[in-house]
Amino acid sequence: MHLAYPAVLAVLLFCVGLYGVLARRNAILVLMAVELMLNAVNINLVAFDVWLRDTLHAGQALTLFTIAIAAAEIGIGLAIVLLVHRNRGSSDIDRLRDLRESDSPSGGDSGGGSRAEKSPASATDNDAESGSDQQVQGPAAGRRHA
Amino acid sequence: MNALAHSAATHAAADHHGFLSPSGVEIVFVLVGLVTLGAALATVTTKQLVHAALWLVVALGGVAVEYLLLTAEFIAWVQVLIYVGSVVVLILFGLMLTRAPIGRSPDADSGNRWAALAVSVAAAATLVTVVVDAFRATWIDLADPAGPGSGSSEVTGTALFRHWVLPFEALSVLLLAALVGAIVLSRRDGDRDLPPARTRAGER
Repeated sequence: MHLAYPAVLAVLLFCVGLYGVLARRNAILVLMAVELMLNAVNINLVAFDVWLRDTLHAGQALTLFTIAIAAAEIGIGLAIVLLVHRNRGSSDIDRLRDLRESDSPSGGDSGGGSRAEKSPASATDNDAESGSDQQVQGPAAGRRHA
Repeated sequence: MNALAHSAATHAAADHHGFLSPSGVEIVFVLVGLVTLGAALATVTTKQLVHAALWLVVALGGVAVEYLLLTAEFIAWVQVLIYVGSVVVLILFGLMLTRAPIGRSPDADSGNRWAALAVSVAAAATLVTVVVDAFRATWIDLADPAGPGSGSSEVTGTALFRHWVLPFEALSVLLLAALVGAIVLSRRDGDRDLPPARTRAGER
């Protein structure tokens, strides 16, 4: 088999995943696209392992490690997404912009005020860590009390 | 006589190359690759979130078939078990728990999709050009002379537990850390009074 087939397939799969990461808005869809990119890397590893006939089978061992790391990554990532969804009421990554540098403070506050409306109700039952974290943010706390 | 010799030659070729002839392997590889790419494109472009997860199943299953064609059998079954079995189920759990809409959600794509399309097409063009130019005259010899294939579970297990034991153990520690981290992230300190069925520690 020509080596270009699996290599080109891996490249195209990686670029499809790249498009998904950049274009999707829901955080879980972004995680799916990340899985596609990891699979492209795995195809490359397996193809080069078969091509080089490595006696240590480094490609296949690394593929197994990548699969395990991807499983761990999807677990942690989904836990974070669920936590964000529980605290903010939304998992759209376009709307999670509390850390943004606001160039115009009035525009940023009017944009963020409606989003922060629903956070006080859910912020009361936060754990202590995220609560103290939100009190550190000065503008966010001011917005919430206003 | 001539036909007999011809059939014997093809039989020897089939013996040498296994189930499919080399060009047959290439054809099947390209076809499954097209299916995989189509499913991946549907995953990143569909408007329905649950359909995206189901197209992801097709894409990952296609990748598993590609592993089988590359004679990496153990990796293929691990791919089916881990990805199709657990990762997609986790993603479906995540979609349900974030109250994903069942029907079409028009805001699945953000506003910068054209920029994303331009970036990914440019990356694809560059990488395909480079890769095809680099591996123009490179061939994989999939036919194995004797013994188990290079990707059978015996060979993979020997390599994994003889040469890669230390990374393997480190990876088990990482999995444990991920497990503990997911539990810590998912539990809520505020509702200890709720019954345990309501807590979300079992999501992981």
